[in-house]
Amino acid sequence: MSDTVPPDLRYTKEHEWARAGAGEVTIGITAFAVEQLGDVTLVNLEVKVGDEVGSGKPFGTIESVKTLTDLYAPVAGKVVRINEDLASKPELVNEDCYGKAWMIAIAPTDAGAYGTLMDAAAYGAYLKTAEH
Amino acid sequence: MTDALLRRTSLYGEHVALGGRIVPFAGWEMPVQYTGIVDEHQAVRTAAGLFDVSHMGELRLRGEYASHVVDYLVTNDAKKLIDGQAMYTCACNEQGTILDDLIVYRHAQDDWLIVCNASNRGKMSAHFAHAAKDHCEFDDESDRTALIALQGPRAFDVLSKIGGAAASLSSLGSFRFRLAEVAGVRCTPSRTGYTGEDGVEIFCAWDDAPALWRALMTAGTPFGLKPVGLGARDTLRLESRLSLYGNDIDETTTPIEAGLGWVVKTEKGDFVGRAALTSIKAEPLPRKLVGFEVTGRGVARHGYPLMDAEGKNVGVCTSGSPGPTVGKNIGLGYLPTSMSKVGSRFYVDCRGKNIDAVVVSTPFYKRANR
Repeated sequence: MSDTVPPDLRYTKEHEWARAGAGEVTIGITAFAVEQLGDVTLVNLEVKVGDEVGSGKPFGTIESVKTLTDLYAPVAGKVVRINEDLASKPELVNEDCYGKAWMIAIAPTDAGAYGTLMDAAAYGAYLKTAEH
Repeated sequence: MTDALLRRTSLYGEHVALGGRIVPFAGWEMPVQYTGIVDEHQAVRTAAGLFDVSHMGELRLRGEYASHVVDYLVTNDAKKLIDGQAMYTCACNEQGTILDDLIVYRHAQDDWLIVCNASNRGKMSAHFAHAAKDHCEFDDESDRTALIALQGPRAFDVLSKIGGAAASLSSLGSFRFRLAEVAGVRCTPSRTGYTGEDGVEIFCAWDDAPALWRALMTAGTPFGLKPVGLGARDTLRLESRLSLYGNDIDETTTPIEAGLGWVVKTEKGDFVGRAALTSIKAEPLPRKLVGFEVTGRGVARHGYPLMDAEGKNVGVCTSGSPGPTVGKNIGLGYLPTSMSKVGSRFYVDCRGKNIDAVVVSTPFYKRANR
């Protein structure tokens, strides 16, 4: 599962994915991250709509049975949407990390920031180094 | 620690073949999970689970005075044991703090086996060897002894299916063990465990473990048996409030404050730590290890500070995670005795945020009588 890297997304070294939409970038965590975490029990999104987030700055935490990890914003900007479902259904992260478990959407400050993130090929290569 | 220094049990190949994710643990490469912590946890609570615990240490003491050496090093009363009986105990230092928690097996009056934590194997091996010197034979058998735990309500159904001597193991009493042949492997099944469920832990020769493991997996799969990694082993033991050395107890904690006073028999005769433990027992305890439930939104983790109503740091969380069977975020931690009563409210400092928690009675989970 973690070997499948969706081709149309961009990625960070902290295993977040980013999807470009109309004036916004949607963010979630990758299947590799989910596999490392195991069963997710709590998603804490510590921002609200209208907040400014900095690139590489934490916007929340995710707790699995085993561990807690920070969630980092891949690009700077203003939070425009938040996935409210995750508060009550953290298991969505295990079930559909690239779909229903999107976390926040950001209107980027710099429209070019998205393009500087790793593409699928680069992330796939990065995973190979991370796994071994 | 680099990979080169990590050791593998004889079951390593089985873990990899079963899709286990391998992590370093106490100097070993061990499976942390196969299908997922919650899935494996529930398998043990509702069916059965199979654990490789070959990394544990096994220390043998033999000879006329072996029983005296063992009894002198442990806090529980080894003199009460009969052949084929085991007991849980602590081994303390002269200050009365905990060197390790152990299971002591009396094979015969002159033949004793001590099972210690993998992380303490070197320390305890030296400790017992030193005490045995000039009094009895000592042998560290850890490198040639494998240990497989079969735990869960269907554990004895699995053994029945294997047949032969295995089928009669349900006649073993709690904390009893005997020599047997299971699936053609000579072994020592013991009715003990670390999950809160019924079951056995089976000692066998290092190289025989894969055959025994495969036979148990084959017989058990129709009953819902699953291989279980260290992750679920931790959530299972925490729900049952079984201590984890290095987390809940260590050389800075005493058995009395850790709630293990029931294995400290100060009246039994002399033993290492007796004087200190006698005075600790006589004085009011400054702090106690309590079980708690996180009622706010958060998970307590090992090392998180515990705070009183004024926001003052008054204790520390020693273990914490979601409890898959109890369905709550649970933990263990040291609190001042004045705050240790069931119902006492406090906060867990979850990385700078004070999250509500309350002391609850333990164990968090207790299996129904069958």
